Amino acid sequence: MKVSGLLENKEFKCLNPQVGIEGVIKSGYVGDLLSWVMANAGNGCAWVTIQTHVNIIAVATLLEMTCVIIPEGAEVEESTLERAIIEDIPILTTGLNAYEVCKILGNAGI
Amino acid sequence: MSYELVFDVERGDFDTAGEASRKIKRTLQQLGISNKVIRKVSIAGYEGEMNLAIHSAGGKIILEVGEEELVLTIEDTGPGIANIDLAMTAGWSTAGDEVRQMGFGAGMGLPNMKNNADNFQISSKIGEGTKIVMKFLV
Ligand SMILES: Nc1ncnc2c1ncn2[C@@H]1O[C@H](COP(=O)(O)OP(=O)(O)O)[C@@H](O)[C@H]1O
Ligand SMILES: [Mg+2]
Repeated sequence: MKVSGLLENKEFKCLNPQVGIEGVIKSGYVGDLLSWVMANAGNGCAWVTIQTHVNIIAVATLLEMTCVIIPEGAEVEESTLERAIIEDIPILTTGLNAYEVCKILGNAGI
Repeated sequence: MSYELVFDVERGDFDTAGEASRKIKRTLQQLGISNKVIRKVSIAGYEGEMNLAIHSAGGKIILEVGEEELVLTIEDTGPGIANIDLAMTAGWSTAGDEVRQMGFGAGMGLPNMKNNADNFQISSKIGEGTKIVMKFLV
């Protein structure tokens, strides 16, 4: 599924719609400890994390992630969004929790 | 060695930390290095860069690109590591609350570096600093 496909679900909103949303989500990963994410997340993944500071964009860029999903309505810093636009990483937010996000990704065949 | 890049990393600079690793990644992409090797260097480089920002007084990252291997050196000017075996233990960390809240401090950085490098050497002296040399076969 592409990021644009996920955004058809109204539970999700893209905070930086000026970036490309046609990237394909190949896998998913959930985690808030950056070293664990660095060690284990696959490239092309959708990363679900409650971390919102600018370093998540460094991690997403270095691992060539497809998008970052911030659950439970957590607020994202402006500096993070600015960085995400430069690096072309879509940042999605949702009121759903991480488990509910994963259920949707799983039901979509990811 | 046919190519060398040097980056300075300051202590406490979390907002721009990751910049050196990003530049290294881009350079390796331009040189046509395989994605598999780039991923390893990116993980090891980012962990090293964050350790400089979090734990050291400041330091630098040096990338040397050779015909058969890439050498990534991460060195700083202090405070040094008292017990390297302990520091290398997965899960061991002295990171404070502030950086833990940002998702650092899992105590997995040095193990991640070792796991991703084909050769990993660390030396450290209290009061002088820490030097890590990692080699990656291309
Ligand atoms: N460059 C460094 N200078 C001083 N101490 C360091 C350095 N790098 C690592 N350490 C020490 O080793 C510990 C483990 O490092 P690491 O495995 O990267 O985990 P973390 O950074 O999550 O604490 C750190 O908590 C710190 O005490
Ligand atoms: Mg570390």
